[in-house]
Amino acid sequence: MEGDYVIMHMADALLAPAVAGTMYVASTGVAAYSIKKVKMENDPKKIPVMGVMGAFVFATQMLNFTIPGTGSSGHLCGGMMLSALLGPWAGFLTMIGVLLVQCLMFADGGLLALGANVWNMAFYGCFIGSLLIWKPIMKKGATKGKIVGASILGCVLTLQLGAFSVVLETLASGITELPFSVFVATMQPIHLAIGFVEGLITSAVLVFIHEARPEMLWGVGGNDNLTSIDVADSKGKLTFKKTIGVLAIVAAIAAGIVSLFASAYPDGLEWSMEQVAGTSELEAAGGAYDVANNIQTATSILPDYAFKGSDSVLGTTTSGLVGGLVVVLLCVGVSLAFKFFKNNKKEANA
Amino acid sequence: MSTIDNKLKAISNINTLQQRDQWVNHLHPLVKLLLTFIYIISVVSISKYNLSKMLVFAIYPFFCFNLADLNFRDAIYRMRLILPLVMVVGIFNPIFDRDIMLYIGGNVMANGEHVGGLAISAGVISMLTLMLKGVYAVLATYILIATTSIEEICYAMRKLHVPQILVLVILLINRYIYILGEEASRIMTAYKLRAPSQKGIHYKAWGPLVGQWLIRSMDRAETVYESMQLRGFNGEYRYVADQKTRATDVIYFMVWLAVFAVFRFTNVVELLGGLFV
Repeated sequence: MEGDYVIMHMADALLAPAVAGTMYVASTGVAAYSIKKVKMENDPKKIPVMGVMGAFVFATQMLNFTIPGTGSSGHLCGGMMLSALLGPWAGFLTMIGVLLVQCLMFADGGLLALGANVWNMAFYGCFIGSLLIWKPIMKKGATKGKIVGASILGCVLTLQLGAFSVVLETLASGITELPFSVFVATMQPIHLAIGFVEGLITSAVLVFIHEARPEMLWGVGGNDNLTSIDVADSKGKLTFKKTIGVLAIVAAIAAGIVSLFASAYPDGLEWSMEQVAGTSELEAAGGAYDVANNIQTATSILPDYAFKGSDSVLGTTTSGLVGGLVVVLLCVGVSLAFKFFKNNKKEANA
Repeated sequence: MSTIDNKLKAISNINTLQQRDQWVNHLHPLVKLLLTFIYIISVVSISKYNLSKMLVFAIYPFFCFNLADLNFRDAIYRMRLILPLVMVVGIFNPIFDRDIMLYIGGNVMANGEHVGGLAISAGVISMLTLMLKGVYAVLATYILIATTSIEEICYAMRKLHVPQILVLVILLINRYIYILGEEASRIMTAYKLRAPSQKGIHYKAWGPLVGQWLIRSMDRAETVYESMQLRGFNGEYRYVADQKTRATDVIYFMVWLAVFAVFRFTNVVELLGGLFV
């Protein structure tokens, strides 16, 4: 499933500069706020902990987890886990670090797409996951069931939001002819499964931490720093089978939320319906696309957006093809010239 | 070999490339970082039907790969993770966008209709440009990371006023990735020896295995913090020396900037073709 977690990674090619820039601005804003928050905490230990935890997330991504009942295996992405341990602000900054290192070490994601990737993976995972789900659920202390529920709900929801953002960003960039409905119908279910598995792994780890060192969990008992007080553990232990039952209900609720969320975008639905109806004039229709196009013209970083029928299309003449051939020959020529000089140098040295 | 070992090998390979004594490696990191950014923005902003402008941008990766003595095969191997999404998104363009854009060969009739020849639809063109965009962006990033260490990139980021705390976290992650990666490898080996013929970690072991490792790592962070403090860490990361900008750096930057501008704003391919046709 290694490829699956990469589906969430936006590639540079999928983003128009205006969209990439917008996402950079959004992510930078959240990062600036997070830095302020982390500085306010004034905990000098926080930086080394963030660094080592970032590397830890990286390393755990290398492990394979067998999914019971299936032959496949899952991976851990870590946004939810990090914010449950470090809090949303430090967790967010750590995730930026992880994503940037991923980009600088494995060329995963790309420099231009970094803003979008931070938003899709770190923002939702750290802020929606921890502030809207983890913290309210843990308000009155943590229990095994609550941790499992919060982890699964958090991971599923944040991955759904992330996947949905990937779709919106790609469509807003106007590089694909893929209809909204088809794209969403492909992305969301895949990430439902991935989110579920990630939630299971995250919950297993967090439950263990809760049992071994409860003080390591963030936001438990309504106080960010207080040790958690176990109240409901007396009810007896939640077994794995019982948890699966709870999980099924949680997953159903999550799916419901997602579909509600999707229908809150009439623009996109309208668009996809028109696509299904077969209207061909939709190239520059659709709300998101128009907005992005307006932004692009307004900011006009590089206002060169040619559409069908505009004049700067690939040479309808032969000169375009011949020119292309010349470029290819030039590239090959440069390579050969370099090899030639290098060999000469080696011989001269020898 | 396991996937973990492959990943670790990829990390050490890229580190080896960064440490080489190549001309490109000695360029100022800020120059390389900015050029990569500008190149990617130039490429990505090209209209999706403008294949001829896309083609000419191949010169930068070609030139740099030769200059830095990099291997195309290694770079393309790295793309296996990032390109699938680009491919999936692009592969449908020919299906949904069938307007004919270009004819190769054939004759134009008096009423403007084409007869004969190979018709190429807009979707095929936009698919090709999208795939080229994907490949170029990854190649450009690869050129950057194969010739510039993360420390140097962090230095360039500090020059661009990226906040200290973020740069520090990146540097620490970079420092501990290999150590924790090796630990992951040892853990997996130990687990496999005790649990033969299993593809991954059994669900009953998810919590204890990763959880204990996490607690160990947290303790390690504590030790790291203490040792950093003993060496005088006070929240600032200090570089031994400022890297001076040489004339070569400026010239290299300006030349490529001019080249990108020409490639981006004029249609070099058609001009070149015009010379021969």
